[in-house]
Formats: sequence, structure tokens, C-alpha cells
Amino acid sequence: MSANAPLLEVDGVSKRFGPVLALDRVDFEVCAGEVIGLVGDNGAGKSTLVKTIAGIYSLDDGEVRFAGERVSISRPQDATALGIATVYQDLALCDNLDVVANLFLGREEISQGPGLVSRELDEAKMEHQTEELLSGLAVTIPSLRSEVGTLSGGQRQQVAVARSLLGEPRVVLLDEPTAALGVAQTAQVLELIRRLRERGLGVVVISHNLVDVFEVADRIVVLRLGRAAGSFDAEGTTEEHIVSAITGAGERNDK
Amino acid sequence: MTRRETLRRFVQGDLASLRVVLGLAVIWIIFQTQNDRFLSAENLTNLMLQITAVGLISIGIVYVLLLGEIDLSVGAVSGLAAAVVAVLNVKHGWNPYLAIAAGVATGMAIGVLQGFLFSRFGVPSFVVTLAGLLAWQGALLQVLGSTGSINITDPKITGLANTFYSDTVGWIFAAVVIALYTGVVFANHRRRVAAGLDAENPAMLALRVVLVAAVAIVVVAVLNSDRGVPLALLILIAFVVGMEYVAKRTKFGRHVFAVGGSAEAARRAGIAINRVRIAAFGIAGTMAAIGGIFAASRLLAVNQNSGGSELLLLAIAGPVIAGTSLFGGRGAVWTALLGALVIGSISNGMDLLALSSAVKFMVTGGVLLLAVIVDAIARQQRQAAGRV
Repeated sequence: MSANAPLLEVDGVSKRFGPVLALDRVDFEVCAGEVIGLVGDNGAGKSTLVKTIAGIYSLDDGEVRFAGERVSISRPQDATALGIATVYQDLALCDNLDVVANLFLGREEISQGPGLVSRELDEAKMEHQTEELLSGLAVTIPSLRSEVGTLSGGQRQQVAVARSLLGEPRVVLLDEPTAALGVAQTAQVLELIRRLRERGLGVVVISHNLVDVFEVADRIVVLRLGRAAGSFDAEGTTEEHIVSAITGAGERNDK
Repeated sequence: MTRRETLRRFVQGDLASLRVVLGLAVIWIIFQTQNDRFLSAENLTNLMLQITAVGLISIGIVYVLLLGEIDLSVGAVSGLAAAVVAVLNVKHGWNPYLAIAAGVATGMAIGVLQGFLFSRFGVPSFVVTLAGLLAWQGALLQVLGSTGSINITDPKITGLANTFYSDTVGWIFAAVVIALYTGVVFANHRRRVAAGLDAENPAMLALRVVLVAAVAIVVVAVLNSDRGVPLALLILIAFVVGMEYVAKRTKFGRHVFAVGGSAEAARRAGIAINRVRIAAFGIAGTMAAIGGIFAASRLLAVNQNSGGSELLLLAIAGPVIAGTSLFGGRGAVWTALLGALVIGSISNGMDLLALSSAVKFMVTGGVLLLAVIVDAIARQQRQAAGRV
């Protein structure tokens, strides 16, 4: 498989909620080492698309291919097993637990020897791995033992993204990673996304914020009313162009 | 930066428990000035025996509180379990150990059932366990039958709360505790150093060992000058240490904290949250049964009031007073012991001063209210400071 073959392909996917056609034959793809910005107005189907790929919704029509092979994702575990990780907007962190505990939540390392019986946690090993993972991503957090609830929004986002990497995914879906963040914290998160790309991951970033999307995305996919309204190279396009695709203002001229 | 963080954690983490220890010291000083028998070896030994049953029940309550839930049935369950033991042993002639096992199993089954009902049907835990409170009280009356009271004479059962060890054995216990604690502290330290993580200053570790050693030596010295180290206290401490280990060091304990912090986050992390809940309620039922058996052993009888009156409230109040949050996700098992000490001291002291039940109830209620307010304020401050 060449480096630029699409890792994840979504082909003619439709999703219906009763009479509402939330996704209408949507196509898009993401390659390894590529950041896709998924943009669109409220209700355009961005979240539905991500949740369909993540296995929360089942698709009604069309197919999803992963590394060239057709796959069926009917449960979140299916997506995880394939190597698709999703970070939702609410992050799903436990504020009362520290960074290490949150990172390893649900997949704790158990110590060897007598501790095996009681399933004793191997804290040293988990902390060590956390340190390696976070420093590899250049994420700086004052202390790995501080409760996640005491961290800033940007740090919490970075912890959530780092956690999604523990399963060694090949594609990461990020739902509004920079919403409600300040300027400096947004910059940190965007830097982290660039690092995911350097590691050869396929990254899909859902965002309302076009400035952020242009900062980090290689390609921008626009959804409008459940349809793919265009895929643009971030280099060769302008914000106005994207906005008109989002709102549909330029539709008549384009076609 | 990390050093400052450790310092901050050390100070804050210590302040929370320090607050309670200081409160305990104040209580002791007040009662000692009112009645100089309060801090006598005899009375302190009595105090230890008085807090055993409540402390054991509180250990289970801590697990339920960590989930952010409550179990109002533990008092009734403790009475019922004790009645099961008494009836099987006295009326049916069962082997005492088998009878005790049956009593503990009763408590565990009840806890698991309540946990199942709560998690399966999404009924608020206080409703499920409130219904349980009534139902198990009825079951207690049923099991006791027409006699209404059963005297326990089997020395194996009465021995639980009435066995004292000789001075030598007491010192051996102290030595074992100190050696074990030292071993665990330094083994942890070595493991962290080996993994290349920044570890606590060895001087701090030594200080902690010295503190624990001092407490162990003073406690054994005091108890030896009266009747000796009671078996009940050893069992209470063993359960506190064991269950603290489960809560803080095992995968299951981590999941209890996670469910209490954010059930949704725990669920999405792949944790079977209902199983965790059922297990926690099972622990509460089990510890309630064990506490009830100790209470019966001390009283030498089970009657219709077993597990009744203020036992339930005190068992819940103890850990809360000592710092386990009612809102879930924060706390420790040792707060069961510390809280029982605080409440037991107040109750014991007021008994020595021959205060009326009226005053005792009002004072205990006031202390509980104060503890809950402190907990709520701490939570508000976390929320205000927590998220940016």
C-alpha cells in the first residue's frame, strides 16, 4: 500500500433519522499523515458523520473502507479495534482522577507477581508510559499526579487526545477540539494535531472555527445539509470560498 | 515546578486529615478537662471496643459514598445478619464459624440485590435502600421469632469482641505493623526510582515511618496498661488496611473512583459500571453484616433493636466527618476509622459526663451537619477553581 493511499474512505454514506435525511450520500477520505478539516453549519451532519464512523450510529446506505478493505462498524468497539479513535467534545474525563489514571482508565496496567491476584495497579509503569507519551507529543502538564479537574481547558483537551493514542490508532477523529479555548490554549492543541500528523496518523478535525481549520488542515471537506459540498486543498483556497460552500451562496456559480 | 506541586499536594492532602485529627484532639482535651477518666487506659480501651461495629459498617459505606450513592439499609442489614448468626448457632446448633459465614453471606446477598435493583432499574439508591431498611427490619423480627431476643453464649462468637491479648503479643503486633509499613513504603519508593520517576524525599518517607511507629507504640502501650490489645481492634484495622488497599491500589478500586467521578466517562472508557456498582453495594452489605456480628458479640445478644436507632446515621456520618465526600469520587477507607473515633469519642465523653440522650443526639447531629457543610464548601471551591 503506498503512503498516500486513503486510510479511511467513506463512500456514499447515508443516514436517516425517521423522515430526516441527516447524511445524503457523503463521500470523503483521509490518508495517513493528513489532517482533514470537516466544516459545515449547525445541522450540516458533521457530528452525525463522525458518530457513524465511530460506530455510535449505524449507516443506512453506502460503505466505509479502512486500509482499502470494506468494514462494518456497528459498535464503538468495532471502530476502536480497527484503529479509529474518537475524542468527543465533552472529553469524557474523570475530574477527580489524576492525569495518569484518566489516560489508562479502562485499560489499567496490572502489576506482576503477587499483585496479580488482587489486580493491583502498576502505577509506576503507567506513570512512566504517560511521561513518555506526553513528552513525545510535547504536551506539558505541571504534574501527572494533578487531578484533571484542576487543569486548564487546553490541557484537558490534550489529555483527552493523548488518551485516544494509547490504543495506537491510525485515524483520530476530533470533535470541536478548540471550542471554548483561549488563544494560547488553542495554539497548543493545534500544535498537538500537527504532531499527530507527523506521526503518520490520519486526523479528522470537526470545527466551527475556520481560522483554526486553515491553521492546521491539509484538506477541508464541507458538509451542507447532509451532503458533501466540496473538498478543498487548504493551500489553494480562501476563507470566503469555504464560507460560500458552507452557506451555499456560491452554489449556482460553481455548478 | 513538580517539587512545588508535591509540596502543595502534601500540604493540602495533609490539611484535610490534619483538620480532623486536630478536631479529635480538641474533643479529647475538652472531655479530659471535664472528666479526668476520659483519657484513662480503661476508657480508651472501651472507646476502641465501642467504635468497632460502627467502624466496620462505615468501611462499606465509604465504597458506596465513593460512587456518589448512599446505603440506608446498613443498620438493618447488620441487625438481620447478627440475628441469622444467633438463630443458626443458638437455636439450630450450627458450628459458630458456619453461622458467622451464613450471616456474612446474608449481608453480601442483600447488598448485591440492592445494588442490582439500583443499577438495573435506575431507581435512586436512597429509595432502594430505604425500602431495604424497612424490609430487613421486618426480616429481623421474623428471624428472631416470638422470643424477640437471643442470648449468645458460644465462646467463639462472644470472643470476637471480648478477647484481649497479652502484653508480649501486643508488642509483637506493633512490631509487625511497623515492619510491614516500612517495607511497603520503601518498596514503593524503590519501584518508582527504578522506573525513573521522581520520588518523594527519603527523609519524608522516614518521617512517615516514624509517625506510624510512634502511633503504634503509643496505642499498644496504652492498651497494654489496661486489658491488652483487643482482637476487635486488630480486625477493624485489618479491614481498614485491606479495603484501603482495594480502593487505592487495585483496578476495581480505581473503577469505583471513576464511576463516582463521572459515570459517563467511566462507561465510555469501557468500564462495566453496573458491575462496579453492584460490587460496591455488595461490599456495603458484607461490611454491615460483619459490623452487626461484632455488635452482637459485644452485647452478647441479638434483640429487636439490633442495628436500629442511630447506628445507621453514625456509620454514614463517620466517614463524611473525616473527609469522604457525599458527592462521590473523593474519600478514603481510613476515614471510616477516623470518623468512628471522632463520633465514638463524642458519644463516650458525653456518657462519662452523664449527659442525657437529648443532648447527645443534638450534639451528634450538629457535628454531622458541620461536616457536611465543610464537604459542600470544599466542593464549591473545587468547582469555582477547577475549570478554567
